[in-house]
Amino acid sequence: MNDVLAAIFSINTLAAMIRMATPIALAAMGGTFSERSGVINIGLEGMILTGAFAGVAGSYYTGNPWVGVLFAVIFGSLVAGIFAVFTVKFKANHVVAGVGLNIFALGLTTWLMQVLWGGRGVSPNVNGLPRVSIPVLDKVPVVNKLITNQSPLVYIMFALIIGGWFLLFKTPLGLRIRMTGERPEAADTLGINVSRVKYFSVILSGALSGLGGAYLSLGYLNMFSRNMSAGRGYMALAANIFGQWNPLGGLGASFLFSFSEAVQLRLQSINLNIANELIQMIPYAITIIVLAGAVIKSRPPEALGEHYGTEE
Amino acid sequence: MYAVDMKGITKTFGDTVANDGVDLSVEEEEIHCILGENGAGKTTLMNVLFGLYERDAGEIFLHDKEVNIRKPSQAIDHGIGMIHQNFMLVNRLSVTDNIVAGAEPKKGIRLDRKKAVKDVRRLSEKYGLKVDPEARIENISVGDQQRVEILKALYRKADILILDEPTAVLTPQEVEDLFRIMRELKESGKTLIFITHKLKETMTITDRITILRDGKKVGTVETGDTNPRDLAQMMVGRDVVLSVEKSEREERPVAFEVKDLNVHNPTNNLYLRDVSFEIEEGEVLGVAGVEGNGQLELEEGLMGLRPTESGEVILRGSDLRELTTRERKKIGIAHIPSDRLRRGLIAEFNLQRNMILGSEWDRPFSRRGFLDRNRIKEYTEEVIEDFDIRGGTADVDAKSLSGGNQQKVILGRELTRDPELIIAAQPTRGVDVGAIEYIHGELLNMRDRGVPVLLISAELDELRSLSDRIIVLYEGEIVASLDADAVDERELGLLMAGEEVEG
Amino acid sequence: MKKVSRLWNWLKDLSGLTELVYSLFAIVFALIIGAILIYLSGHDALEAYYYLFFGAFGNIYNLAQTLLKSIPLIFTGLAVAIGFQSGLFNIGIEGQLYWGAFTTAVVVVSLPGLSGYLLIPIALFAGALAGGIWGAFPGYLKAKTGAHEVITTIMLNYVGILATTFLLKNFFKAPGPVDQTKGIPMQARIPELFPNTRLTWSLFIGIAVIILVKYLFSNTSLGYDLQAVGANTSAAEYGGISVSRVTVLTMTISGAVAALAGSTIVLGVLHRFITNFSPGYGFTGIAVAVLGRNKPEGVLAAALLFGALDAGKVSMQLFTNIPGDLITVVQGLVILLVAAPSLIRLFSSTFGRGRELIASE
Repeated sequence: MNDVLAAIFSINTLAAMIRMATPIALAAMGGTFSERSGVINIGLEGMILTGAFAGVAGSYYTGNPWVGVLFAVIFGSLVAGIFAVFTVKFKANHVVAGVGLNIFALGLTTWLMQVLWGGRGVSPNVNGLPRVSIPVLDKVPVVNKLITNQSPLVYIMFALIIGGWFLLFKTPLGLRIRMTGERPEAADTLGINVSRVKYFSVILSGALSGLGGAYLSLGYLNMFSRNMSAGRGYMALAANIFGQWNPLGGLGASFLFSFSEAVQLRLQSINLNIANELIQMIPYAITIIVLAGAVIKSRPPEALGEHYGTEE
Repeated sequence: MYAVDMKGITKTFGDTVANDGVDLSVEEEEIHCILGENGAGKTTLMNVLFGLYERDAGEIFLHDKEVNIRKPSQAIDHGIGMIHQNFMLVNRLSVTDNIVAGAEPKKGIRLDRKKAVKDVRRLSEKYGLKVDPEARIENISVGDQQRVEILKALYRKADILILDEPTAVLTPQEVEDLFRIMRELKESGKTLIFITHKLKETMTITDRITILRDGKKVGTVETGDTNPRDLAQMMVGRDVVLSVEKSEREERPVAFEVKDLNVHNPTNNLYLRDVSFEIEEGEVLGVAGVEGNGQLELEEGLMGLRPTESGEVILRGSDLRELTTRERKKIGIAHIPSDRLRRGLIAEFNLQRNMILGSEWDRPFSRRGFLDRNRIKEYTEEVIEDFDIRGGTADVDAKSLSGGNQQKVILGRELTRDPELIIAAQPTRGVDVGAIEYIHGELLNMRDRGVPVLLISAELDELRSLSDRIIVLYEGEIVASLDADAVDERELGLLMAGEEVEG
Repeated sequence: MKKVSRLWNWLKDLSGLTELVYSLFAIVFALIIGAILIYLSGHDALEAYYYLFFGAFGNIYNLAQTLLKSIPLIFTGLAVAIGFQSGLFNIGIEGQLYWGAFTTAVVVVSLPGLSGYLLIPIALFAGALAGGIWGAFPGYLKAKTGAHEVITTIMLNYVGILATTFLLKNFFKAPGPVDQTKGIPMQARIPELFPNTRLTWSLFIGIAVIILVKYLFSNTSLGYDLQAVGANTSAAEYGGISVSRVTVLTMTISGAVAALAGSTIVLGVLHRFITNFSPGYGFTGIAVAVLGRNKPEGVLAAALLFGALDAGKVSMQLFTNIPGDLITVVQGLVILLVAAPSLIRLFSSTFGRGRELIASE
């Protein structure tokens, strides 16, 4: 029993938690921006997948993984831009368009993988991002074990989350985004360009999700495989809701999800006498329990999922 | 020179012509009224001026210069501010956030919140519009919210202010306060456009009046040269009977009784406390009060749409408090809900399907769970005929009807079930004069047949002309119970504002 | 241009067909974009679409493949549509159909002595029941705690697939390397319609369920309640409809219909339960429901279309070497386009009457 507890609460588990939380937290903040502006974003999944693919493609053709990261951000933004045109300009049902985007991205990345590299399952190996440590944090006890020798995207993620929180709650643009998601007609009558705010927020969500995707493909595996996002976009959406549409809350929820996932991996590795399938259920079961038992009732932006047009 | 000169404004929505070549000339530093019924095109005209709607035809001049306003931001740049009937405020944000958004003071890349709060405070002191800049919108009163709306326009340096039905949600005293503010604004050099359908207010506050009817301009008159009767005639296009005749009644047995009812609404933290009243057979009991003082909680508590904490609700001897909404409807409570579109109708359903809402499991419309579609259609056609529902057959969707006809659909559905009790909440809100007369007539008709009626309304005239007795709700409690014939408006207004009245 | 405009007006005047016309536009538009992608990847789009069409309709065998591939999509699409009709987004189809397949297989394997006339209905019913219970669970959570069904059903997909795998491996696994149950006896297999096509009478079970659901919505009080809750929850409450009850019931019915996708595959195609047998029928079901505008007859048409695309892409890949995943791209585009009717309307405004159409909305 002690072995089990030790496995669960070891530094290694926590370090794994931070690693696994990185793409989810990035996409969750993407979801936060999109939904704060009023657009439900089921399409995070497809944006992550696009980012993962574009990252590998960029690294493959230039040999430079940082160009790959740039590609991931650009193409993540690009598919998000398509999503924004459909949901904002053409007033598509957000959920349905999101599902469509995910299927589109899955088909497109798998197809392109075959067109470019032949194989259907995985891409060739490419140059991934190096592991780095931050000089000062290196010396701090405990912290050094947790976040040294991680992918640079882990540190970038922490910085972006703080920056995103600042943007959303401390700047004029953040106020405009929040107002648009709560009451677009109020924003409009104040002379705020509602569509532009929504475009900005949705495209930002694509950039962040694309970066999350780059972390998946260039951060530890250094290749792309079919359907690589494997449901992380949906987890990110759930994390955003748990986190009360706040980047910091989203990060906390991502930690919760990935902690249970890290525990599950650790338990598998120490060969307990429990079937794998049961251990694998843990993160999903915890999500359901937390969601159903949540003491804080979530309060989404009031105009979430609605379309805005004055003449309809 | 005119502050605002609109010429030949036309605006259509699909087949409906909302504004048909309307002219409007507003002089500088005057209070100009736009008077008309619901649906006459007043708000549409102002939304065109404010850039929320794009006009199909016409020209707009401000201070003799032609302007091309296509977006609210352009209207704001031209010094126009609009106070909307449904406040354009975000409940979860602070007063300051609501005022400065879109024109925020900055310090580097941050929003300079300190300066924002200071600016708002200075502005509110300058114009005598008292509000707490740090409070959240959802925690302040409706009157305060309206002040925030006015401050929003002043913060943007508006010199032409449009006020769309600003008095609809206020107590008589708050209305007086608003009028004081409007006069002060006029004296400080602002031009005000005041939209209303209330004749008395028009006569009190305005300099000139432009009357609209069916999307067309009827005329512009000097307030000093006209009177309410002429205005009503221009507004409706025929002579209007401004009061209803109500038959005398004698004392009869009590049919409906509420004892010590307690309801708590967690969203606005309002408690309905120990509410007790009785309604006799054939009696109309009016419930007066400023909106948000427990009317909705009372209405929904009585229908089982909201849990009640304690008390008794007794209809002809039996307690209803444990019954579900469906069971209450079945024993004969007719309910005209305050929020017609949210509660009373399913906009995407056709009239047939709307007509069986609440009795879709009952004979004759359903047998063992299978719908009798022929019977439903016949019934719908009967109601359309009997209740004079215009603009639709049994197959059209409810959303395609006008507000007045939608209300008649609800009235028809509820009153044809032989009710034992009628709960009518805001039955004539947003309804044109013809339909108002009709609805009042139907309610009095039911009263004369001995049905007890609970009438919840924000319209004092409606309460006084239909009710036999009136109770006043203030912050969830009944603060007065009055004989409808003996009550005067001023007294009622004070009671609604929570003041003590000598009596 | 004038001719096209007149054609458009004629099509528009056939009332009720407008939505169908929009859907057809979406499909054509998506196929055009697919063709551009094929061209860019250095292949001949016409040839590719020839084989796509041939693979779907070219001969009796191919037609049978189209129908065969449509069957699970009829059930999953209908299941999603039922949820949408009362305002619920059931993304948990995948988990529900696994429970259906698993339960059906286990029941058949446990009752080997029964005749087919009894065994097949019992097995289908058991599968539907299991899927219904699995669907009712998130419905109950939503009704009681407000937990959003989009998230809970996604999570329950993983849990359902893992749970059936666990039960199979530990209690019902047939000897051998593959994680599967024993094969089911001959009399429990749904018979083929045409020999050697694997197309079975399941097709008619699907059509029967479509008709039943259509009747449920148009002619019953329960169907009325479901749609009332979906169209306006507050008004439904006002009318005395118990929203919690309807939520649980809808999810139960939806889960049961979803489960039939799994059950019919076990009884008609695989003849056993195998882990991870579904290539994502549940998710394609969302697309089918959207394309079919959540109407039973629309779902049938959309399922046939998606079945045809699935059958056709096999021959396209075989004869032209174009990866079949391209068709997934086309499917995604169809959903995006159908979700945005105003785009199609804008498109049609090139033909002259679009502005009026937008305005009259």
